[in-house]
Amino acid sequence: MSELRIRDRTPPGPLEYLRRWPLRLWLAAVAVFLYAPLITLMVFSFNNSKRNIVWRGFTLDYYVAAFQDSDLIAAFGNSLTIAFISTVVSVALGALTAMLLWRFRFPGKTLFEGALSLPIVVPEICMGVAMLVFFTQIMPWPTSLPWPLNLGAIIISHISFSFSFVAIVIRARLASFNRELEEAARDLGAGEWRIFRDVILPHMTPGLVAGGLLAFTLSLDDFVITFFTSGPDTTTFPVKVYSMVRFSVTPEVNAASTILIVITVALTFIALRLQGNDVARNAAGG
Amino acid sequence: MTSKTIIRFENVTKRFGKMVAVDKVDLSIEEGEFFALLGPSGCGKTTLLRMLAGFETPTEGRILIDGQDVSRIPPNRRPVNMVFQSYAVFPHMTVADNVAYGLVVDGVAKAERDRRVEEALSLVKLDGFGERKPDQMSGGQRQRVALARALVKRPRVLLLDEPLSALDAKLREAMRSELAQLQEKVGITFLMVTHDQDEALAMASRCAVMNRGLLQQVATPSDLYEYPNSRFVADFIGQVNLFDGKLTVDEPDHAVVTTTDLPTPVFLDHGVTGAHGTDLWVALRPEKIELHKRIEGQAAPVMEDAPAGHNVVAGIIRHIVYLGSESTYDVELEGGRHVRALRSNLTRRDQEDLTWDEPVWVAWHACSPAVLLS
Repeated sequence: MSELRIRDRTPPGPLEYLRRWPLRLWLAAVAVFLYAPLITLMVFSFNNSKRNIVWRGFTLDYYVAAFQDSDLIAAFGNSLTIAFISTVVSVALGALTAMLLWRFRFPGKTLFEGALSLPIVVPEICMGVAMLVFFTQIMPWPTSLPWPLNLGAIIISHISFSFSFVAIVIRARLASFNRELEEAARDLGAGEWRIFRDVILPHMTPGLVAGGLLAFTLSLDDFVITFFTSGPDTTTFPVKVYSMVRFSVTPEVNAASTILIVITVALTFIALRLQGNDVARNAAGG
Repeated sequence: MTSKTIIRFENVTKRFGKMVAVDKVDLSIEEGEFFALLGPSGCGKTTLLRMLAGFETPTEGRILIDGQDVSRIPPNRRPVNMVFQSYAVFPHMTVADNVAYGLVVDGVAKAERDRRVEEALSLVKLDGFGERKPDQMSGGQRQRVALARALVKRPRVLLLDEPLSALDAKLREAMRSELAQLQEKVGITFLMVTHDQDEALAMASRCAVMNRGLLQQVATPSDLYEYPNSRFVADFIGQVNLFDGKLTVDEPDHAVVTTTDLPTPVFLDHGVTGAHGTDLWVALRPEKIELHKRIEGQAAPVMEDAPAGHNVVAGIIRHIVYLGSESTYDVELEGGRHVRALRSNLTRRDQEDLTWDEPVWVAWHACSPAVLLS
């Protein structure tokens, strides 16, 4: 306690930027503009007021309402289904692509690598319009199919933009692989499949998890591309929230958004934990 | 020890595109040897080792293990195992799992596997470390894991790729004798690749010196040092003073070489297979040079095994490097040539004996110089 007071009285050291006003101001600005809106959103999800402009007391009614809104729940179910399927497919495709780029040399490899990052750099709105055109003119996706097949168009578009993120994450992970590990396994008698299972896959795992969570969150909160590819029966959660906001911003919208934020944050946290543990272990393990 | 050839390289050549990494190498390694492949980086020694392990295939020639051609057999079916330069210990497995890996792949039963893993761990003095993860171990311990993992498979030959290069100086020294002891204990043939001549001389029973893909000389460490067959070997192993000259006298029991580098001719106590006027080089190791104080007006000393006026040159000490146990002297000879001499500091006063800019006689015995024809 006393130590703390003494340190406060001394002038800030050369690297103690946190104790100088410009950085403190910067931090304050970040807090205000980044976190204040999020916190306001969450706080007002408990507001006992339909119009949700001033605070009128605490209630969980709108969470109950959100859970009873069958359209909202259906949209949420769609979103989770789409996110789940597109994650599984993009991780598989991404892992294979990463292996291909890591392992082999082939004509047009540079071109292929460049094309891989296209979905990341192309503006989402263009991707959305492109998908819309593709699924109306080139390959119309029948909307009358039973659930979840009717979500096919959205799933395909989600895979097409998230798999390149996954491939890049796994490719980066593979770059740190020590090729002598593979040779050691072969030297000890392992064949190709065993080498992959026993040595390469364990090294890839953090990349697979990180890539998967990335794909999941990307798909779960994607609005722009989904908006262009969804139909009346295939609404996803973000699209549904958007349509609700167009009528009025009730605490129900806040409640639904809060749930989404919590899920996303939790997944990111898990991803970071898994990666952090493994990075530390591998750094020490050489 | 009955010597039986275990590995034979027959006319082995390896080309990477236009680059010749290994050039027509013929080499036999006997059972139970600790053999070192020695050479500067890029000389092809690692490629030769990797061809034996199976990670590279020879462009030409054959590699035989126990008389069987293995050139086309994949690494996982060769009776050799390797300790990699980075040790390549599997980071996600425990030490015991690492060591057991080769046995699991081979389908060895659990009971036998556990017994052999324990045996291998105690061989490398890692008893009780089985449950540790590699990241909880030091570099030296991880190397022991890699050793145990290779030895547990009881290979015909153990390959070691620069085994000591990643260790710090003190540990490297300790590991040298430990590796040599381990080899004696298990009786497996060791084949080591190294660029460090001290390492090769200290551990190996026989060494092959390579340069630019070619085998320069295959010999025991002492023969390599005392009887190098080329300027490259003489210069690569240890330090050397080289003088180029011509053969002027060549009798069965002595020979004389005159050289432009030295004012006096070099007398040798043995004949040289060469003709009069043959260009050759005389190699003289620094520790085989004697330094005597030179006092103005006194006659030059005469070496008892050489005629007067041979093997003695006047000079002046220009530079001294004091290394504690020994000192090296840079001596400028009459005629301008510099030679390096080495003296052990046998008494506490030795290093005070000769000092900077002191006139000295540089002398050597007739048996000391090595004659090199290439």
